Amino acid sequence: MIFTNLRRHRVRTAIGATGIALGVATMLSVVGLLGGAVKMFERILRSDSQVVVFEKNVSDLFFSNVPVEVVVELESQPFVKEAQPVLFTIITAPDRPVVTCFGIRAADGRLKKGEWLQGGAADFQDDGEGVILGERAADFLHAQAGGRIELGHGTYPVAGVVRMENGFENGGVFMPLLACQKAFHKEGVCSVITVALAQGHESSEVKAWMNQHHERFTALENEEFSRSYSQFKIMKTTAWVVGGCAFLLGGLSVTNTMILSVFGRIKELAIARVCGFSRGQLARMIFGESLLVSAIGTVAGWGLSSGGLYLLAMIPQLQGYVEPRIGWQEVVGAMALAAITALVGALYPAWYAANLKPAEALRFE
Amino acid sequence: MNQENPMKAQVLVEDVWKSFDRGRIEVLKGVTLTVPEGQIVALCGVSGCGKSTLLNVISGLEEVDSGNVRVSGHDVVHESTRIDLLRHHIGYVFQFHHLMPDLTLAENCLVPLIAIGGNRADGLARLQELATATGIQHRLTQRVRDLSGGERQRGALVRSLMNDPELLLCDEPTGALDESNRSRVFDLLLELVRARGRTLVLATHDPDLASRCDRTLKMRDGRIEGETHG
Repeated sequence: MIFTNLRRHRVRTAIGATGIALGVATMLSVVGLLGGAVKMFERILRSDSQVVVFEKNVSDLFFSNVPVEVVVELESQPFVKEAQPVLFTIITAPDRPVVTCFGIRAADGRLKKGEWLQGGAADFQDDGEGVILGERAADFLHAQAGGRIELGHGTYPVAGVVRMENGFENGGVFMPLLACQKAFHKEGVCSVITVALAQGHESSEVKAWMNQHHERFTALENEEFSRSYSQFKIMKTTAWVVGGCAFLLGGLSVTNTMILSVFGRIKELAIARVCGFSRGQLARMIFGESLLVSAIGTVAGWGLSSGGLYLLAMIPQLQGYVEPRIGWQEVVGAMALAAITALVGALYPAWYAANLKPAEALRFE
Repeated sequence: MNQENPMKAQVLVEDVWKSFDRGRIEVLKGVTLTVPEGQIVALCGVSGCGKSTLLNVISGLEEVDSGNVRVSGHDVVHESTRIDLLRHHIGYVFQFHHLMPDLTLAENCLVPLIAIGGNRADGLARLQELATATGIQHRLTQRVRDLSGGERQRGALVRSLMNDPELLLCDEPTGALDESNRSRVFDLLLELVRARGRTLVLATHDPDLASRCDRTLKMRDGRIEGETHG
């Protein structure tokens, strides 16, 4: 009966399913986009490490100040393979008020992952002033290796241009840590220390050591960091709230469809009662129809968002910045929300259908 | 008064009162009626005399203000009993067929089977038998909207008999049909009911049709005024 009823009213079914599809598509797109952005940011932080060390109780990593001596201390521990300080800053350039700047050491692995377009890794030196530009940064700053570039209050030689996979890094500037500390008056400190563990050792050893020797700082595994970092939390919450609002609209569409569906076949429902359908059977039928509409909408919305995100990632200007990523948690979440929306949306129509008085309904004109 | 033994009564209606609009419109005023098994009874009277309401009360589609109604020994007051009666003991045919126009005739006729979760193969066999008996077997796969008025009403009759009810209630079953179809459908109705030994209570204001029943009850202003035996 459920399939038959939906098949009989294809337009109505399609409208209801479209409402849910748009809700699902919006939610998965927003969650996917922000999830991708978070993942990209995580990769900037991580760069082959397992643990991130930063200052406790800071609202943003830009405000975290970790003494570089901690790096030396950490590197002398048997459980640490490598510790790298990173200073995150925002720097201004002519016509570009915001450029992400990474203060790093030459030994930091992230530059090795890039494709060198101009210059080479050897041109980036810890005690030098030469900066490396991401490909996009070189493009919008109109700079090339061998030239000089104005950044903040200083002018720096461009030591090379590198193509990075990550959009933030590709549009950023890599500055020797010492030069970066000097430019931002942050001598002796960095924002985070990324720690790669020695083989056979656990992150808990780093955490315990930090807790014992540097209480002001915290060490978190990358996953823990992602879960607890307030900026990520805000982004993820925003995504779910925006998606939830989209669902609310989808839910209204389902309610409207189901109300129309019930009111449009009052006599049919009455006849079903005359033929022996119980109130429960009628209610289940309405809930079933609503759930099926919602399921169709969910699948369509999933397809729509996957396609949309794929196309978005194809746009050259967005490459590296958009990493569409729809995980199974998001899909399950969207499915659950769609099912709840369908059930809530069908509550009144189902109640109405179940409480229909057949004799009265058959007199209904 | 009715002389039948209540123990063998298919339908037992005792002093039933029914009103609408918060008691302002009294439709049934102390109706008492007994219909024994296998009897064909016509309820006659002008429009608004309470025939349809009495049928609705017997089927449990309408709740009574006071009085008792029993069908096949079951009290129709309770919801669970009502559903059981409508599923297994009562078939109902209305003046209008009330079939779903965009479904096939077969799909429409199988609705009572879905309600009881019955065996589909058995249901299809029964449908074939009833459709053959009513002469619409060649129309089963057609959509209702493509059928004639007479075929639709015969379809409604088949649907009402799908679960082999002991009691058939018909509210002006030929009222929406033309002259030739009216007589054809009515003949068929009597034939099916008599052949199966079922009980029929029929509301009609057509005296010719009423005269072909075993018994005719004359209703007026919410009361049974008198009866004649055919």
